[in-house]
Formats: sequence, structure tokens, C-alpha cells
Amino acid sequence: MGLILIAAEVAGGSPSPLTLELVSHARTLGDEVAVVVLDPEADAVLPALGAHGASRAYVGQERAYREHLGQPAAHVVSALVDRVRPALVLFPGTQEGRDLAARVSARLQLPVLANAIDVTGDGDDFLVRSSIFGATVDVVTRTRSRSPLVLVRPKSFTATASGGPPPVTEVLPLPAEAPLGARRLESVVAPSAGPGLEEAKVVVSGGRGMQEAANFEVLEHLARQLGGAVGASRAVVDAGWVPYALQVGQTGKTVKPDVYIACGISGAMQHLVGMKGSSHIVAINKDPDAPIFKLSDLGVVGDALKVVPALIEELRARGLS
Amino acid sequence: MKVAVFVKQIPDPTGVGRLDPATHLLVRDGAELVLDPGDANGVEAALRVVEANGGEVVAITMGGERAAEVLRKAMAMGAGSAIHVADDRLRGSDALATARVLAAAVARSGCELVVAGTESTDGYTGTVPAAVAELLGWPALTFAKALEVDSGTVRIQRQTPAGHDVVEASLPAVVTVTGAINEPRYPSLRGIMAAKSKPLELLSLDDLGVPPDEVGLAGAGQEVISAAPAPERAAGELIEDDGSAARRIADYLAELKVI
Ligand SMILES: Cc1cc2nc3c(=O)[nH]c(=O)nc-3n(C[C@H](O)[C@H](O)[C@H](O)COP(=O)(O)OP(=O)(O)OC[C@H]3O[C@@H](n4cnc5c(N)ncnc54)[C@H](O)[C@@H]3O)c2cc1C
Ligand SMILES: Nc1ncnc2c1ncn2[C@@H]1O[C@H](COP(=O)(O)O)[C@@H](O)[C@H]1O
Repeated sequence: MGLILIAAEVAGGSPSPLTLELVSHARTLGDEVAVVVLDPEADAVLPALGAHGASRAYVGQERAYREHLGQPAAHVVSALVDRVRPALVLFPGTQEGRDLAARVSARLQLPVLANAIDVTGDGDDFLVRSSIFGATVDVVTRTRSRSPLVLVRPKSFTATASGGPPPVTEVLPLPAEAPLGARRLESVVAPSAGPGLEEAKVVVSGGRGMQEAANFEVLEHLARQLGGAVGASRAVVDAGWVPYALQVGQTGKTVKPDVYIACGISGAMQHLVGMKGSSHIVAINKDPDAPIFKLSDLGVVGDALKVVPALIEELRARGLS
Repeated sequence: MKVAVFVKQIPDPTGVGRLDPATHLLVRDGAELVLDPGDANGVEAALRVVEANGGEVVAITMGGERAAEVLRKAMAMGAGSAIHVADDRLRGSDALATARVLAAAVARSGCELVVAGTESTDGYTGTVPAAVAELLGWPALTFAKALEVDSGTVRIQRQTPAGHDVVEASLPAVVTVTGAINEPRYPSLRGIMAAKSKPLELLSLDDLGVPPDEVGLAGAGQEVISAAPAPERAAGELIEDDGSAARRIADYLAELKVI
């Protein structure tokens, strides 16, 4: 099926986990997997990309890729796609990935499909499965153009090493005529935005039913006891109770922990899309008709402000401080 | 300055979305149709920009006849005029085709700032605004949770997984806003009355000079072949808390070997 091109993302000196998921899956789709890495630290991530199956890399290390949003990368990636004519281009379904895929789509007049959860080959075309309406409906789309662009949701595939050597590298210069556009002046890291939500084995999430910001302390306590992380619904992020970094759902993070404990969360479809892949779901909600109960393995109709502190006590009695 | 705001009409997101089994297009008949809640934040953000800088907000939509309702709503909130692109040949347009049409409408409107939602609530592809920016050759400042325009410069706080970035560009530009940016105002009775007499321009593909074979189902570079309910997770045990729920949860966590 020819060449599969992946727009790689770099996070903290490594390929992002989603990038490795895409590279790994691409091995099942094409004869050759190539990555385009536009980042000042591109060099450092090439071995890991090779070890997951990328045999070619197109690299640009200009600072502009960090300092400016979308436009320089779109310029270079579009020219690359036009030249190498990949059978398929996969983009991480992240903020950056979306901006980039949208611009490449517009520049090259190529269709873009978003929110993919699976991609398979079908003759010369590809079948792209995406979930819509809060993951209540699965849609399968057949691509019918050259080089279709597909944005993939996190955790749709598993990253697996192939043990390949570092990829053969070609440097892509950033042409002087490339527009730079919007500039990042500063990056502010929210103090309580700890990492780990996406990796945690247990996620304790709170929604508007927690009543006020201060009550998130009990959720933090419970998460600590269980060695897990705290998540949240968008309602409480928008209310400013917790930072956006904790948001689970369509516009937040996708989590697939062993256990997801939803406290005072109604289960709006935009929330469910980010957590319904959890292995086990526990929900605590006052309303017996809350939609979250439709997919919970253990549902408790009750006041989260009573049940969570009681659970903390119970766990303490079982030796967990 | 003239500020365009994109508004999209969608089936009420609190209802359950349905797809036509034959065409696989969203069923819009019978469903309650509303202004996308994300776009209500966009209208509010655009109004605040002209309240601070002077000028007028132009609401723009692409959609069927009834989509005019969301334009009236935006004008009731305070937009000064509206553009409605409606054309039977647009049915089934994908994100790229939608972007082409909206970009052409912006170019015609003479606006120098576009405000849009980060993603629509029904389609949530989130690619239309950045594609519009590319077609116009403008920068896009996406995921704004704060927006400020001052003498030709637009500055946002861009929501990031870790916090926010401060991002700046010169006009003209496209900005997409998140739900966290503001609390949309409710139209006042006076606003609703005034909206009825505000100018609403109805445009076809021909008016915009967009080739019909590049939009709609004909222009779509893909084909939906199936749409089916996602495999459901079965609901498990549901208990009423009578004081023993905490113990039950702890037992369950022990069963799963989490504790
Ligand atoms: C474009 C778009 C994108 C979105 N993206 C996301 C997203 O990424 N993530 C997300 O979460 N949402 C998202 N939303 C918002 C989503 O639609 C819901 O509004 C949100 O998830 C609701 O949050 P909630 O469950 O905390 O609040 P509510 O829906 O208000 O639910 C609160 C629940 O708490 C229960 N409750 C009240 N008091 C108690 C108590 N004492 N004990 C126990 N239960 C109690 C109530 O019965 C109720 O079920 C998005 C919306 C749009 C339009
Ligand atoms: N048909 C449309 N008419 C007006 N605005 C639209 C339309 N489609 C998308 N938009 C705008 O683009 C944003 C993102 O939509 P999408 O890319 O479809 O998820 C929406 O919130 C709207 O502001």
C-alpha cells in the first residue's frame, strides 16, 4: 500500500506516546513508514521512531516550529506530501495536529478526517472508523482521494517496538517565503497541572456534583490512597475549580485506566468519549437516572460528598493512608 | 473594525443524534435545532471585541433554510448584520468544502477578524477554522480562553494541556474560542425585536464564485459506508447508598486487585 507518512510530535525530548502509537500501527498499513519531524529536538527522537518502525525521516529543526503556530509546519509538510505522494498521512489528534492537518488540507485540497479510532487498508483506499455523538455511533468512511489526511484519537492503537534501526534522514529546510504567522510569546504552566492522568491506573474524577472547588481535596486524597490521578468534567474546568489539564473528554484527555471513579458527573456524551475505554467504571451520583450509570460496572446512587469521605475512611481501615 | 463570527446550527446536543440509515447524513428533520453552544461563546467574544474597539459583528453561517434562525439569534445578542450561505448543492459538504465556502464569505464581507468555535458540537472535526485561515492566508490563534484586540494586534491565552500559552498575531486573523472564554449573554427582548430588522444577506455558491463540483457530496473526498451504534458497555450493578456503599466500593476495588 505504499508509503504511510506520520506527522510526529515531540514532547519533552521524546516522541509523544500518540506518535509512537501511530508509527506502530502504520506498519500494518503500508510497505514503508516515514515520519516528518519538525522540532528543534527532532534529532533526539529519531532512534525511538526507528525502533517503532519508521524507516525514513524528514526533519526540520528550526526554532520557528516551536515559536509559531501551524503555518511554517503546514508550508513544509504540504510541500512534502505533494512531492512524496504518500498513500495516507496520519496526524496525532492533538491541538497542534488539528491545526496542521486543517492547513495541509486547505493548501493541497485534500480531505481531512478527524476523530479516527481505527484505520485499515481496503484495496487502494482506507477505511477509517471514527466515533461521533460522544462515541455512541461508529462511522466508517472510505477514503477516495490520493493522500487522505487522518487525525487519530489517542490510545486507539498500542505502541509496539519493531526493533528497527534509526531512520534514513532527509533535512527539510524552512523556505524563506514560508509565512510565520501567530507567535508564542510565553508558555505558562499551571502549578497544579501534574502529569500522569493519561498513564494512571486509577482515575478519580469529579464533576459539578462535587458542589465546590474545595471538595476536590477529598478526591485528591482518594486518588493518593489508590495511587491514581484526579480528573474532572469540563463543567468544573470551565468554572475554574481545577485546571484544564485535568479535563477528561472530547476536548480534554482520553484515559483508559483499570478503574475510573466518576463522582458527581452526569455522563454527558462529550465526557464519556474520553473515558468509556476504561476497564472498569465506578460512578457515584445522586440521580438514579444519570447517564453515567448506563456504562458503569458499579453504580452508587448517593451523595458523593458522603460516599467519598466514607470510602477514604474504609480504605484507611484497610491500611491505606 | 468588522469582526466575523461563525455560527453553526446543530441538532440540540442534549438530545440523541441520529443518522439517516440510507444517506448516513445527520438527521435534521424533527430534531430541535439550536445555535451550537460553542458558537454562542464565539458571538460573545466577538461582541466584546467590538465593544472595546468599535465596529460591527457580522454573523456568518452555511446551512439550510432554517439556519437563518441562528443568525437571528446572533443578531439578537448584538451582531449588526448576517450572511447566510444556502445552496442545495452544499448538502453533504465535508470540512474542506465548508471551509472554502466560509472563507469566500469572509473575503466578501471585508472582515479582518474571524471568531469561531474550537470545534462544533455535532461534527467536532475542529478543522474548519484553521482551514479557513489557510485559504485566506491568515494566521489562526486557536483554543483561546482569553482574547484581546488592540490597535491591529490580537493576543490570546491559548489553552494547553499544561496551562496556557500567550500567542500574538497581527490582523487579519482567525481566532477559535473554548467554552472557558466567557459566559454568553442572553438576548434581551429589545435585542430580539431589533434583530428582525437587521440586514441578512442570502448568498448562493454562484454569488461566492465557489465551483459547485468541489463542494457537497460530489466534492467530498470520502464516502461514509456505514454508521451504526457503537458497541454498548453493559451496565453493571446499581446500588442505593444506605451507608454501606463505601464498603461495597472498597470490596470491588479489592476484587480488581487495585488495593
Ligand atoms: C463542544 C463541547 C465539548 C465538550 N467537551 C467536554 C469534555 O471534554 N469533557 C467534559 O467533561 N465535558 C465536555 N463538554 C461538556 C458536557 O456536555 C457537559 O456539560 C459536562 O460534561 C457536564 O459536567 P458534569 O457532569 O460535571 O456536570 P452536570 O452535567 O451538571 O452533572 C452534575 C451531576 O452531579 C450530580 N450530583 C449533584 N450533586 C451531587 C452529589 N452531592 N453527589 C453525587 N452526585 C451529585 C447530578 O445528579 C448530575 O448528574 C463539552 C461540551 C461541548 C458543547
Ligand atoms: N456550516 C457552518 N457554518 C458556520 N460556521 C461553521 C460551520 N461549520 C463549522 N463552523 C465553524 O467552525 C467551528 C468548528 O467546526 P468544526 O471544524 O466543524 O468542528 C464551529 O464552531 C463554527 O464556528
